[in-house]
Amino acid sequence: MNHRAAPASLPPAGLVGLRPEWSRLIPIIDADDVSRTFHVLDTGVGSGGGTLLCVHGNPTWSYLWRRLLAEAPEGWRVIAVDHLDMGFSERTGTVRPLARRIDDLGRLTDALDLTGPVVTVAHDWGGPISLGWAEAHVAQLVGVVLTNTAVHQPAHSAAPSIIRLARTPALRQLTCATTTTFLEGTLRLNGRPDSLVRQGFLAPYRSAARRQAISDFVADIPLEATHPTMATLDAVANGLAALHDVPALFVWGPRDPVFGDRYLADLLKRMPHADVHRFEGAGHLVIEDAPDLVPALAAWVGDLGAAAGDGGGAGSAPTDRVWAAIETLAADVERRDAVAVVSWADGARRSLTWAQLGVGVNETAAGLAAVGVHAGDRVGLLVPPGPELTTLLYAAWRIGAIVVIADAGLGLRGLRRAFRGATPDHLVGIGKGLAALRDLSVPGQRILVGPPLRAAAATGHSLTLDEMRGRGVAAAAAGDLPAEPGVDAVAAVVFTSGATGPAKGVVYRHRQLQAQARALRATYNIGDDDRLVAAFAPFALYGPALGIPSAVPDMDVTAPATLTASALAAAIDAIDATLVFASPAALRNVVATGAGVQRQGVRLLLSAGAPVPAELLRRMGDVLPNAEAHTPYGMTECLPVADIDLMGIDGAGLGNGVCVGTAAPGVRISIAPLDGVAGDITGEILVDAPHRKDHYDRLWWTERRSSTSDGWHRTGDVGHFDAAGRLWIEGRLVHLITTADGIVTPVGIEQACERVDSVELAAAVGVGPSGTQQLVVVVQVSGVTPGLAAAQLAAAVRAAVGSGRSVAAVLVTAKLPVDIRHNSKIDRAAVAAWASEVLAGGSADAIAPGTWATRLIAKVGR
Amino acid sequence: MRVVVTGATSRLGRGVAEAFAARGDSVVVMQRGESGLVGAEFDVTEVRADVGDPSDREAVRLAVSGAGAVVHLAAKVGIVGSAAEFARVNIGGTQTVLTAARDAGVARFVQVSSPSVAHSGHSLVGVGAEPADPSAARGHYSRTKASAEIAALASNCDAMSVVAIRPHLVWGPGDTQLVGRIIERARSGRLALVGNGSALIDTTYVDNAVDALVAAVDRAPLLGGQALVVSNGEPRSVAELVARICAAAGVPGPKRNVPTSMAKFAGGIVETAWALTRRTSEPPLTRFLAEQLSTAHWFDQRHTREALAWSPRISLDEGFDLLAASYR
Repeated sequence: MNHRAAPASLPPAGLVGLRPEWSRLIPIIDADDVSRTFHVLDTGVGSGGGTLLCVHGNPTWSYLWRRLLAEAPEGWRVIAVDHLDMGFSERTGTVRPLARRIDDLGRLTDALDLTGPVVTVAHDWGGPISLGWAEAHVAQLVGVVLTNTAVHQPAHSAAPSIIRLARTPALRQLTCATTTTFLEGTLRLNGRPDSLVRQGFLAPYRSAARRQAISDFVADIPLEATHPTMATLDAVANGLAALHDVPALFVWGPRDPVFGDRYLADLLKRMPHADVHRFEGAGHLVIEDAPDLVPALAAWVGDLGAAAGDGGGAGSAPTDRVWAAIETLAADVERRDAVAVVSWADGARRSLTWAQLGVGVNETAAGLAAVGVHAGDRVGLLVPPGPELTTLLYAAWRIGAIVVIADAGLGLRGLRRAFRGATPDHLVGIGKGLAALRDLSVPGQRILVGPPLRAAAATGHSLTLDEMRGRGVAAAAAGDLPAEPGVDAVAAVVFTSGATGPAKGVVYRHRQLQAQARALRATYNIGDDDRLVAAFAPFALYGPALGIPSAVPDMDVTAPATLTASALAAAIDAIDATLVFASPAALRNVVATGAGVQRQGVRLLLSAGAPVPAELLRRMGDVLPNAEAHTPYGMTECLPVADIDLMGIDGAGLGNGVCVGTAAPGVRISIAPLDGVAGDITGEILVDAPHRKDHYDRLWWTERRSSTSDGWHRTGDVGHFDAAGRLWIEGRLVHLITTADGIVTPVGIEQACERVDSVELAAAVGVGPSGTQQLVVVVQVSGVTPGLAAAQLAAAVRAAVGSGRSVAAVLVTAKLPVDIRHNSKIDRAAVAAWASEVLAGGSADAIAPGTWATRLIAKVGR
Repeated sequence: MRVVVTGATSRLGRGVAEAFAARGDSVVVMQRGESGLVGAEFDVTEVRADVGDPSDREAVRLAVSGAGAVVHLAAKVGIVGSAAEFARVNIGGTQTVLTAARDAGVARFVQVSSPSVAHSGHSLVGVGAEPADPSAARGHYSRTKASAEIAALASNCDAMSVVAIRPHLVWGPGDTQLVGRIIERARSGRLALVGNGSALIDTTYVDNAVDALVAAVDRAPLLGGQALVVSNGEPRSVAELVARICAAAGVPGPKRNVPTSMAKFAGGIVETAWALTRRTSEPPLTRFLAEQLSTAHWFDQRHTREALAWSPRISLDEGFDLLAASYR
């Protein structure tokens, strides 16, 4: 031990990002009546805002907050403290456990005469210290910001192995004080830091004596119940209940081997009202890894005091509850024995009547409750569409649980990332699904659907679906079910495969699901006598909510192109269907396999998920001669937004983009002008509707930027209204081509190019710096060698684009990269990267193997 | 206004002289040989002088006296020749003309430069006019033109506004540099593409370059000290450019592709061989040329167009039509 006293001092000059005028030395009298001196960073008095009180953890110092001081929210004062014995504060020669540090901080804010509104901002073990201060200063507390911290070791898991290792008495002093192992290790948890920043973090800890408190901090972590600090930490954790009306923001770097997502989940149980943003890819030192954290925090602080966004839902009629139709039809003697849901698995037909579905939902709901699934718990569902999924979904909704659903198109990695971030309390899945999330620890149950895997341990299940449901039989029979959730309860977190970046979870409340069912009924005149065949994953679940029978054809719903005409016909026949919903990829295969198949009874064909060519809808007329073909426009965040039928498509003719028709009932659409493009009719499409998403899950900053100040959802799509009031989609905002002559949108160009003989698919992309990009068209032609298009093809493509636009180059490839799910959304970012490489010249072998560029090139240039 | 145009024997120099004369300016052309402009329908005076020759300094001084503007195009171009010879003409010659212009009180000086003064062999994608750098530029021509540009811009002062214009790959009917050489090679079946010809390259149709130089004279007082790259703003792949030039002239296109690495290697050998044997003909390939033809170089034209209040009058497509017409 090396508890050597030393006075507080000012940081040396020249630490990157630190301004000397921020540093102040503040003396206090501590609880032992001894004078101690703090070093703090302080931007000085703000104007009207309040104070951000920033509290670092171990082994950092106030330097961690330098960017927050430099970019302080307008009107706010920022104070970042160095704990005693840490940073450039006094080395007291004492050991200061958590309770003492909370007390020290209170004495410091007294000495600073900090009496106005305060938002605490904390990291790591600064979390408990700041929360201890917050609980003692509730009157002036206006907000709590936490980053990668904890107040409690979640019951179902052990402490981080790094911490346990560092706590070993023999190792602790050696790694924390004697050497810089712990200090340097913390800086390198998520890659090497910038060398100047590293110097900044190391500056106050240049000797073993100056590092002693780092070791003391680690020793103060209460891993066992008998630890003297355990009582303090428990008191802080339990005190959070009193902060239920204090706005909170939790910002997390998920790549943290110390305070990972499970600690975030624990804090969310204690402060469920908190706004959350997870910076995907960021680690323990999230403020270092995520440059956006500072503007996000500033925006959040700026929003404090503004009216709370949630308007509070008016109560809805009970008949609107999404499971209401199941109850009604199961009790209707005329219809209870009619088929409610039917699907095929491995060729075998499986179905439930309304009566069976009604009993199943009740028993499963009671069973879920019996095995510990509570209202507000998150239940991850890894079950393919079919009777089990439908039953589970409505049962979970019935008891107020939140279902977490991810599209299989995410792939294994995307699926794991989505579920890690959503931290489900329970998992229900088929063997393959549970095995894929084997490493995800859940506090509740892992429930197996269907047969176990050969290696039983791989699923790690605690129960089977039948066992779980069995436990609910008695309660269901007695009508003893948990209370129904309110309309404002969260119902679902839905992850879909995004075109760019990690998938985002979209949160729906019950009232939004109810509104969606209403919007679909109104848009497509769906009545009690309709019957739905859904070959489109999310829609396979809508039947009961719409109160109509539904069938999922014999196909792999994650691969739409596996739908054959005969499988579709069998599904139609099974329920005498009037409605068919299928993605364009599925319809293409139906047309290809449809010789001789025809069904007269279908009145409406819906196709969505990707651009739907009119020709494809026309050709479906051979299979479904009496069906009116419609394509809804929408997105995971809001569906439907608009709708158009085949006649409407033909009437709109050719234009700049894809015509998606007019707004669906209850939907408002507006076009926001693009930055720097004045007077153009093209802009970003904004939507609002009762059925649009509530928010993105744990992406507060993304959510704030994806919504306008007056509550519209920014779709990220770019388009325009024509003179007849029809909406045209011209592409994605991120795919705009910014030439010196203005903005060019890709979709209209691509459609024109796809009318050229031999061109199967086209992508219009920009190469070069934004603002002076060149337009390049890459076309897919079967069997070609990737590279420049032959002169004749290039000329034909340019003629199709028209003389008004200069095409710098026409490239060919045998296969453009498209999304897995729909097989038609082009990954234009990958295409642009490949085109840029090709057109930069040099040889492809000059690009090092394994780099992102090579992978992209391999993806396109094949 | 009296305008002095040096180096008026090139296609670009002739164009500039004609453009000023056509709008009523009084033009003095100065070059070693005959410009062929005297006796034309315009008011053109001819001075025969070698700007790089110290003994011609007096002739240069006389030519610029009383002039309102100088457009300095005279330069030693190409790949053949000693470093000293390039320096004599390009650096020494520029200094001679600059000094004479300053002494004569000329208010506007346009230095015709080259994008290669800032090109170190890497791809240039949508960039602006980077500073000239003789230490990084490749080849005698680029190095000496870089030094000349630096000297010219350093002479910018209140009394004389100096602007450097860097037209990129000027071509058109009557051009012997780019078009002429490609067609001559294609005719003899010796035309090969370096690499796969997919690098995007900016070019400038000659009439557009002429317009830009005239605009530079007119706007010089607003732009003193600046260097601006000028191009059509329509980059195309090398393969497409070569094919379209050949098609316009009715000659067969390139039949072979030479891998980039091999071309650079061969270019290096050729350079050495030409230097050792002191040959004076243009070599078929140099390392510099191999790099030029296998890496992208195209430019951000937004600032240039705004600064010069100029934009290309002849599009690439129209240029190729005019080129084809000139061969019919």
